[in-house]
Amino acid sequence: MFSYAIRRFLGAIPTLFIIITLGFFMMRIAPGGPFDSNRRLPPEIEHNIKAAYDLDKPVYQQYFIYLGKLSHLDFGPSFKNKDFTVSQLIADGLPVSAELGLSAIALALLLGLTLGTIAALNQNRITDHSVMTVAMFGITIPNFVTAPILTLIFGVYGVSLFGLDLSLPVGGWNNGAVRNMILPVIVLALPQIAVVSRLIRGSMVEVLRSNYVRTARAKGLPNRLVVFRHALRAAVLPLVSYLGPAIAAILTGSLVVETIFGIPGIGRYFTNGALNRDYTLVLGVVIYYAAFIIVLNLLADLLYAVLDPRVRYDQ
Amino acid sequence: MAPILEIRNLDVRFSTPDGEVHAVKNLDLAVGEGECLGVVGESGSGKSQLFLGAMGLLASNGRATGSVKYRGDEILNISQNRLNKIRGSTITMIFQDPLTSLTPHMTVGAQIMEALRAHQNVSSGEAEKRTLEILDLVRISEARQRMDQYPHELSGGTRQRVMIAMATVCGPDLLIADEPTTAVDVTVQAQILDIMRDLQKELKTAIVMISHDMGVIAGMADRVQVMREGEIVEAGPVDEIFYRPKHTYTKTLLDAMPRLDRPMREGHVGLSPLSTISADQQLLNVEDLKVYFPIRSGGFLFRKTKPLRAVDGVSFRLRQGETLGIVGESGCGKSTLARAILKLAPKSDGKVVWCGRDVTFSNDAEVRALRKEFQIVFQDPLASLDPRMTIGESIAEPLRSLKPELSADAATQEVRAMMQHVGLEPASINRYPHEFSGGQNQRVGIARAMIVKPKLVICDEAVSALDVSIQSQIVDLILKLQAEFNMSLIFISHDLSIVRQVSHRVMVLYLGRIVELADRHAIYEDPRHPYTRALISAVLTPDPKAERSKSHDRLVSELASPLDTRAQLAFLKSHMIDDADAEQYRPQLQEVAPGHFVAEFDPE
Repeated sequence: MFSYAIRRFLGAIPTLFIIITLGFFMMRIAPGGPFDSNRRLPPEIEHNIKAAYDLDKPVYQQYFIYLGKLSHLDFGPSFKNKDFTVSQLIADGLPVSAELGLSAIALALLLGLTLGTIAALNQNRITDHSVMTVAMFGITIPNFVTAPILTLIFGVYGVSLFGLDLSLPVGGWNNGAVRNMILPVIVLALPQIAVVSRLIRGSMVEVLRSNYVRTARAKGLPNRLVVFRHALRAAVLPLVSYLGPAIAAILTGSLVVETIFGIPGIGRYFTNGALNRDYTLVLGVVIYYAAFIIVLNLLADLLYAVLDPRVRYDQ
Repeated sequence: MAPILEIRNLDVRFSTPDGEVHAVKNLDLAVGEGECLGVVGESGSGKSQLFLGAMGLLASNGRATGSVKYRGDEILNISQNRLNKIRGSTITMIFQDPLTSLTPHMTVGAQIMEALRAHQNVSSGEAEKRTLEILDLVRISEARQRMDQYPHELSGGTRQRVMIAMATVCGPDLLIADEPTTAVDVTVQAQILDIMRDLQKELKTAIVMISHDMGVIAGMADRVQVMREGEIVEAGPVDEIFYRPKHTYTKTLLDAMPRLDRPMREGHVGLSPLSTISADQQLLNVEDLKVYFPIRSGGFLFRKTKPLRAVDGVSFRLRQGETLGIVGESGCGKSTLARAILKLAPKSDGKVVWCGRDVTFSNDAEVRALRKEFQIVFQDPLASLDPRMTIGESIAEPLRSLKPELSADAATQEVRAMMQHVGLEPASINRYPHEFSGGQNQRVGIARAMIVKPKLVICDEAVSALDVSIQSQIVDLILKLQAEFNMSLIFISHDLSIVRQVSHRVMVLYLGRIVELADRHAIYEDPRHPYTRALISAVLTPDPKAERSKSHDRLVSELASPLDTRAQLAFLKSHMIDDADAEQYRPQLQEVAPGHFVAEFDPE
């Protein structure tokens, strides 16, 4: 397993390299540059600025300069946020984004697993149908619709239940206070809860029909043990395969959610950077996102082998 | 004496989208203390559903009504909690396919201990001790290590023993065994049945043996119930059923059962004798054929590869119109050998001469041209047919690709004629495989192979998945077609009785090498190699008296890994170098009588 993990890490290097190359040239193809603005700068000043950032050199040379710096983890200075390097900006935003994203994934798994299992155990009964109908809503309604609706309900109208004030802050991060996290995490997790619960329901129904679950029942085990010990572990396997895409979806979803809820994660650097042609900042964020997705995918694959002893990567 | 289990007026119904299926109809039976009740029937007879229904294990769309009493107490449709006190404790079950019936992500030790601790209040240390004892009782070697292994790491026979251990660890009074030996090799089957017989004798456990195999029933049962379409058609003591069957269905079942001691099959199509004219017509000549698969293992970054010797130097000749039977346990390379001849598997070394032409390394186009001359019939008839094609299209497909000059009308004519030949109604040309039974689908598979009038047909376990009555019809069909078209056959099967009926010569394979090759009667009446003897002695006969008096001459060792080069020398240990990777001596074939070849082995 260890040597497999190492091989996978080494295998990720070319992937990352291709992502960097594509990202670099696609940013350059986009019209305009970081120092274009409505008011044209005097030519000498513009030339000096460009020279300072090596932008006067041919693109391929810039590419190799960038790669050279990257090789000792120098992501370069941000073109727009003066006096900040890209590394500083990312170090600032990444913990926030990571906390948001991982909380959303955790919530999606926890609720999705529970709901899916409950639906499967009550197959074709009213509980099953209602869970699946709600899940369908979760899948079809995009987060930029759920976010404003929840904002209206919990922020603007300020619901209260049994005299309990249920209003929640709808913007800002407040250093990761739980109250501030609730809405963005829910918005981010909602579609994934839906997908996960449908997935788990399907595989659970399948596993509950399997021969070894029949054996477990024939052994006279109580239902609780049959479900948790024999069925659940096999039923989550398809979910593990889905974790990779789910992580990618939550990370890209966080771009939108961070903007809507005004959260200081790296998502806003990505959108702002792309609009302002802040080449180094956008590339830096892309590399972080890519590395994040690759590592989490690898972890998902390793988890698969832990859950299913038949999967052995070293053979 | 009061029966342990008494079933009265039991009905099992399933609600399906196509309406209600009445699987078990108003059925009565009783199992007495310490006896073995055989329940025999073909697929769909309801024999498994009967007991699943009684034990509350039906699929969610199934419903059982009537009465099931365990020692006088009603247990049908009682609460799960009450039922769980009986299930797995005093009444236990083992199922057909041990690989899918064991939980894949739990070690076998944990699964056995779980059964014990669900019913008895024992400490984990005590549970482990009892588990080791029970593993010993079912003759699992190195029990301590086995406990920490997962089901997929064990051989089929060991898995089934684990199932038996799991079902006996609580000391049940009744063990319900649903086709416990159907998925295992004959030698393993014999060992499993021995273990179960000992359980019945030593622990006084009553057994219900559910099987389609009259041989298994003959060797095990005290009383027999014959089931068809959810009803018991005949019941009685085992000798009555086998020697004086009353119901025609019982007679049909007994008659259809292939018997090693009756190769001639009275009343059926016989094997056509080899004509002397064709006797010297060499159709296929295989010389020193080897098929190795590289298996990667271990190492960091750079992994080693080790050859898996699936077929390791096999030579034989096949004449026109001749049938060569190939037998051996699973993993002996019989299917790989066939596929290598057909070029469906890559050859590593050796020579294949077809009608005097060396075709060993012919290219794809040449192989395509040869496809017309050799065809294959596979084991699972339904899975081998494209579910989206009508059977007419499936049968016509080889014509379209191999005889493209044929017009569509002419092709349809040929398909209809061939369907008639194989006993299919030509009117059903536009139906789909799922509308057909297994036997009919296998007729389609045979028609598809025969439509291009091949000179050689390979039947790879072609009748193994079929019920005995259907099996004998398909064997009749194959023999009839062979006589008509004078084709050669390579008949691969794990069932030695059928091979004897249909083959002129028989080859016994062991780990990729021939251990014995002889005329069909010589190999059964005068087997020389210890492996051949063990195989033959493990074959069951549907004859209770013969089974009772049979000496049990068993192969104790498990089939070794084909990656271990020492394994092939299991019968010639004197030449063995004790190193799993060493290049070993290979036992050579010696002609002990004209046409009777035996591999070298150590005298016992």
